[in-house]
Amino acid sequence: MSSTMDYTTSLAYDETFACVQCGYCLPSCPTYITMKKETHSPRGRINLVKMAAEGKISIDDLAGPMELCLGCRACEPACPTNVQYGKILESALSTVSAYRKEYETVKQKTIKKVLFHHVFPKRNVLGFIGSGLHWYQSWHLDDLVKKLNLTRVLPESMREMEAIMPEVLSGKRKEETTAVKEGETRFKVAFFTGCVMDTFFRKVNDLSMKLLTASGCEVHFIEEQTCCGALHQHSGERDKARKLAMANIEAFEKLDVDFVVNSIGGCGAAMVEYHHLFEVGDPWYDRAKQFASKSKDISAILRQVDLPFKERSPLNVAYQPSCHLTNVQRVADEPLELISRIPGVKFLPYPDMKMCCGSAGIYNLVHYEESMDILDMKMKNIRSVRPDVILTSNPGCHLQMLLGVKREGLEGKIKVMHLVELLAESCNIH
Amino acid sequence: MECRHELKATMKDPKRCLEDAADLYSYAYDASFGIFQPDLVLQPMSTEETAAIVKIANIHRVPLYPRGRGTSLSGGPLAVHGGVVLDFSLWDQKLEIHPDDMIAIVSPGVLTGSIDTAAGKHGLMYPPDPSSAHVSTIGGNLAENSGGPRGLKYGVTKDYVIGLEVVTPEGEVIRTGGKTVKNVTGYDLTKLIVGSEGTLGIVTEAILKLIPKPVATKTALVPFKDLVDSGKAISKILTSGILPSKMEIMDQASLLAVEEYEPLGLPIHAEAVLLLELDGHPEAIAQEMEVVEKVCLDAGAEEVKVARDAIEERELWKARKLVSPAIVKIKPTKISEDATVPRSKIPEMFRRLKIIRDTYGVHLVVFGHAGDGNLHPNIIADQRDAEEMRRVEEAVGEIFKAAVELGGTLSGEHGIGVMKSPFMEMEVGKEGLDMMHRIKRAWDPNNVLNPGKIFPEPGQRLVLSNE
Repeated sequence: MSSTMDYTTSLAYDETFACVQCGYCLPSCPTYITMKKETHSPRGRINLVKMAAEGKISIDDLAGPMELCLGCRACEPACPTNVQYGKILESALSTVSAYRKEYETVKQKTIKKVLFHHVFPKRNVLGFIGSGLHWYQSWHLDDLVKKLNLTRVLPESMREMEAIMPEVLSGKRKEETTAVKEGETRFKVAFFTGCVMDTFFRKVNDLSMKLLTASGCEVHFIEEQTCCGALHQHSGERDKARKLAMANIEAFEKLDVDFVVNSIGGCGAAMVEYHHLFEVGDPWYDRAKQFASKSKDISAILRQVDLPFKERSPLNVAYQPSCHLTNVQRVADEPLELISRIPGVKFLPYPDMKMCCGSAGIYNLVHYEESMDILDMKMKNIRSVRPDVILTSNPGCHLQMLLGVKREGLEGKIKVMHLVELLAESCNIH
Repeated sequence: MECRHELKATMKDPKRCLEDAADLYSYAYDASFGIFQPDLVLQPMSTEETAAIVKIANIHRVPLYPRGRGTSLSGGPLAVHGGVVLDFSLWDQKLEIHPDDMIAIVSPGVLTGSIDTAAGKHGLMYPPDPSSAHVSTIGGNLAENSGGPRGLKYGVTKDYVIGLEVVTPEGEVIRTGGKTVKNVTGYDLTKLIVGSEGTLGIVTEAILKLIPKPVATKTALVPFKDLVDSGKAISKILTSGILPSKMEIMDQASLLAVEEYEPLGLPIHAEAVLLLELDGHPEAIAQEMEVVEKVCLDAGAEEVKVARDAIEERELWKARKLVSPAIVKIKPTKISEDATVPRSKIPEMFRRLKIIRDTYGVHLVVFGHAGDGNLHPNIIADQRDAEEMRRVEEAVGEIFKAAVELGGTLSGEHGIGVMKSPFMEMEVGKEGLDMMHRIKRAWDPNNVLNPGKIFPEPGQRLVLSNE
């Protein structure tokens, strides 16, 4: 199939040369471990991008291995030569997406459009969905699933997810500021709530802001904020991701704060890389870079303050680090340090703790079987240390952990909590 | 490939037959140079499957290329004549430690590092430690006879293999050696197979010797203003009754690159830095370290910085670890050589490397296993610059020549593969190479196993590109 696109420019071809093919990334890659072939390893994927750019394989050949990448980016810290895997991956996904646009059917276009242009970026749509209806029904996905003949992929994953979806809180957030006593402000921060997070885990956002306030921060909520754009970017919808980034940058520039804080590993990762969406020299590049440097995970802030602990929590705790928090934001020690500070808590490290849980944005919906293979491996490792609680740092991982606990029949035995929830509980903040 | 169907039928699970374009291109490379797409990739997981494949391939004259996880730096697993790549990385189920016999019995896909970890649980150790041990398979290590920093004190892979199960090039299954350290029954085929780069047989099981694990380590960093002094210090330490477990050297170019990449406060004015590790009983190594300090200072070291605890130890090794990421910042293509010279010739080799660097105008840094003369001259270049790569190819040829002239070898631990085969005659001589060829022909009359490796093909020269 011939195409009008020039793949040497749309694919991050030059970046592939930084890979010396040593293979040190292989043990870090969840899909290499579960799918058992080089084709699904970081080194394999980088090579395939190079081969596609050189016209040795087609974009069709490239699509499968790239789309089966979780995007967890565990290969980046493992790489001894600092290959920009994220950039290579995104270039491949957007090339595949552009290629598909040339050929994909009207039906296929519709589902993506509804998801990425209408559902994720609109807080009120998610809010509406959140107000009681089952999530996928209300996204009209069930209808689409039937119409688009996607029943092969989606139904089991949707059924499984539906069963573990948490109760949702509704209502639109209002612009607000929580003040601290004059002269005692530790940091002045704006809070980023995210869309999926604020719909399904609004409580975590609420508790985050309360914790920040209780530890001496002046916290602002800015109404104009929108979706971070991570899911768009990971699906190759780069233009839409750029627009959302611009909207957020503009919204947060309104206030002069020390940090823009969030409790969402995935969104935070997208935001610390906002400048990657713009060319160097574009005024937006500098604005994005400024924003990116202020964007922080809550654990990085809370580590620097005194938390008002009040309760002992005699719990055995395992932690599922968000990949994007660890590998992209490079925030790995901060959550562990906070866990170690909680009175009464016993932290249980387990094998391959840093490995992805298989949630990976909407990976667990579109690649259900592959995702469950990875989840089962993760749960086996977690079970081996018998925790009372699994702590999370990202809503996608949180849902996946709920699913994992359910698949293992451990409901009622293992609780899944966001790190912020346990911190708040120990500080008697509700 | 007329026997494709027959070959695929040997796999119990059809999922272990790979033939999509993306799959074939994913098994077309290793960590060296060149892309050679195979016609088929099979992932055998038993001796029966392996023997069945080899039998068919031998009848139909189809080339076979055994492969672990593709970390070879010499082109060992490349499918240079097309045919079938055999990926053994899935076959990692057998990892038995027999503490009373002090041996490990392993299947070919087991990771090298996992063997040492498993042995460690019984107070034992598997010493060979190539820096890729956490990625590489034991099968690949056996084929290439891999070394590592600990080679200085403990030797290399071949020193720890006492028995093998091998599928011959005609598809028969033989066992060599056994479970005892002493074994002089007939020819030592075990040693012949280890390091034969998959050209004489495919290892399907290995019996490895284990040794007691030292309880403690101690690390020191020693800068020298003069490179020649560091060479003297190496010899003096080794003749003072102390055998360090590791003795690594970094030249000034490596130090500068690391410091530029991540400021660690390295002594960048020094011409060379030695990194030493002693292992053994804590009290013994504390005393040994005092001797090392004195010897180094006498030889002209500026200071001897001894790590006080595990954290400081990691800090000192960090500099060595950062060399790779630091140098590829300069240019992306890294040509890692492993020419090795007798210890006493280390300063002379450094001198020759400097001349080669200046003659060919290449970016050359040296960091490696100084204690055993296994220096790693690394040339940093850009693969896309054809003119530069031609200069690099010439410089690499000169490095090999210098090593051989000084009484050393082309390859200390990476293997010959396709990269160094054009230089074989230079080291082993025409007759020596002919004897090797006769062994190959006797074992593998149809040249089915890993053709195109070790032996140069007519007119073959060193090529460092992917074209």
